[in-house]
Amino acid sequence: MTDVSRFSAARTAAAIAAGELSALEVTQAALDRIAKVDDRINAFLHVDVDGAVAAARGVDRRRAAGERLGPLAGVPLALKDVFAARGMPTTCGSRMLEGWRPPYDATVVAKLRAAGVVIIGKANMDEFAMGSSTENSAYGPTRNPWDTDRIPGGSSGGSAAAVAAFETPVSIGTDTGGSIRQPAAVCGLVGVKPTYGGVSRYGLVAFSSSLDQAGPLARTVTDAALLHAAIAGHDPLDTTSIELPVPGVVAAAASRDLRGVRIGVVRELSGDGYDIGVRARFSDALEVLVGLGAEVIEVSCPHFVYALPAYYLIAPSECSSNLARFDAMRFGLRIGDDGEAGAEEVMTRTRGAGFGAEVKRRIMLGTYALSSGYYDAYYGQAQKVRTLISQDFAAAYERVDVLASPTTPTVAFRLGEKVDDPVAMYLSDLCTIPSNLAGGPAMSLPVGLADGLPVGFQIMAPTFADDRLYQVGGALEAALDAARGHPLLDDAPQL
Amino acid sequence: MAITRDEVAHLARLSRLALSDEELGTLASQLDVIIGAVARVAEVAAGDIPPTTHAVPLTNVFRADITRTSLSQADALAGAPAAEDGRFRVPRILDMDE
Repeated sequence: MTDVSRFSAARTAAAIAAGELSALEVTQAALDRIAKVDDRINAFLHVDVDGAVAAARGVDRRRAAGERLGPLAGVPLALKDVFAARGMPTTCGSRMLEGWRPPYDATVVAKLRAAGVVIIGKANMDEFAMGSSTENSAYGPTRNPWDTDRIPGGSSGGSAAAVAAFETPVSIGTDTGGSIRQPAAVCGLVGVKPTYGGVSRYGLVAFSSSLDQAGPLARTVTDAALLHAAIAGHDPLDTTSIELPVPGVVAAAASRDLRGVRIGVVRELSGDGYDIGVRARFSDALEVLVGLGAEVIEVSCPHFVYALPAYYLIAPSECSSNLARFDAMRFGLRIGDDGEAGAEEVMTRTRGAGFGAEVKRRIMLGTYALSSGYYDAYYGQAQKVRTLISQDFAAAYERVDVLASPTTPTVAFRLGEKVDDPVAMYLSDLCTIPSNLAGGPAMSLPVGLADGLPVGFQIMAPTFADDRLYQVGGALEAALDAARGHPLLDDAPQL
Repeated sequence: MAITRDEVAHLARLSRLALSDEELGTLASQLDVIIGAVARVAEVAAGDIPPTTHAVPLTNVFRADITRTSLSQADALAGAPAAEDGRFRVPRILDMDE
C-alpha cells in the first residue's frame, strides 16, 4: 500500500485534485501518523482533529462541486504555535499564554485557509521563539526524528520535526535569527526565511519586530516554493509589509538552470569551530554547483563576525519592549490577584511565574542594553554594526548573484548539552543571523549526512530576490537526489 | 565590568519580573558572560555610520480611511483573566491612601 504520509505536498494536492485521494483520507493519514509517532517526537502542542476534518471535508466538497483547487488544497500543515488561529489555543510555548484562544486569524493563517491547506495543529517551539533547540518550551522539548536523543533545532523545532517525522508534508515556522533555517538544517529539510516584509506579521506574536519573518519548511524545494507563494504578499494590516509583487519562486524552483550564476562563498562563515563533516558536505555541494555550470568565488564580508554580538543586543532589546504586553491585565496568566495586591505587584508576580529562564534572561539583557548610560554603547552601536553588515552584503552582491555558507557550524547536538551555557547555544545561529539583520532572504537545504546526521547548505540572496534561492536550491536538490538515487530523508531511521 | 547582584535586582524591578534569590544569582553570572561577549561590537569603528532601525527602507505608511468590522466586545473579553460589566477587571492601580 502506498503511504500517503510520505508524499510531497505537490503530489498530495495533485492526487486530491485528480480524485485519486480525498482530502479527508490524507488528513486521516496525517492524524494516524501523529497518533503513532508523536509521543516520541513531541512536535505538536495541540492537534485540532475536528478543525482539520472539517477543513478537509470542505476541500472535498469544493472538488465535488467542480471547483478548481489550488496547488496546496487538502495538504496537511503544522503551524508554529506563535500564530493566532481562531479556534485553537496559542501558547508560544509559554505558561504565560496557557489556555489562551485568540479571537482572530493571523494573515498567514487566513491565507492558508483560503488556499485549502488543512491546519492539523500547533507545533512546539522555544518559548516566545527564543532558543535554538526547542528545549525552552514550557511543554517539554521536541526530539529530532533522525536521533531522538538530539535536538530538532529551534525555535521552530516542532515545525521541523513534524515534517521530518512525516506527520505533515509541510509546516510554517518563523525566523528571527535562524529559527527556520537551523531546524531545517539539523532535521534534513528545506527551510526559507523570505525577505523581511515579504510575509505579513499580522497575528504573529512579536519577539523582535525588526527581524521576525515567517516562512515555509518542507521536504522539497518545490513544496517550500508553493507554500512561500501561498503566504507571501502585501498586507495592509502589517505596516512593514512590502508593496511589491511576490517573486516568482515556484517557477524558479523548477528552472534547473544555473549557467552563468555566480555564487559567493563567505570567507568569514567557515573554518575553526565548524565540524569537519559539515565543511566536507559544504565543499561537495559547491563542486556539484560548479558541475551544473555555476561559477563559485570566495568573497569577504568582514563585519559578519560582529553579527552575533549585534543580534544579541538588538533582539533582546526589542524583546524586552515587545513582551511588556504580557502584563496580566487583558489576556493570559494572572497570579496573585487576591483583592489586596496592586496591579504592579500582580504584574511582577505573574511575569516572574509565567516566563521561563531564557525569556527572563533576554528581557533582562534588553532592559540593560536600553538603559540610560548604556544605550549608545550597546543598542546604538549594534544598530551601526547592522548598517555595516548590510553594506558588506551590498558589496558582495556587486560581484555575485547569491552567497553560500553552511547553515549551522555543527550537526544536531544532544538534548541537555547546551542548556546551561547560553553563549554556546547562541553560536548555533552564527551563519544565519546576518540575513536577519540585513533583511535579505535565505534558504537552508540538505546536502548530505555527517556522522549520520543531516547537514544544511545556506543560500542567501539580495532583498526581494527570493526567487534566486529557489533557482539555486532547486537545481542543487535535483542533482544531489539524482546522484544519491533517493531523497535524503529516505535515509532517516524508521519511527 | 562585572554586573552586581544589586544591578540585576534593579533590572528585574524595571522589567517587572519577580525573581527568586537563586534566579538573581544565576542571572548575575550569566548576564556578565553574555554582556562580555556582546560588548565586542565596541571593536568596530562605526563613528559616523548611520544606525539601521529597519532592514527595508520605509517611510510613513497609511491605510485608506475605510470603516471595517472589528472584534466584538465578547470576543475581546473572552481571553481576559477577569472581566466585569463588559470591561477588563484589573487589580487596583493606586495605593489605598492615595
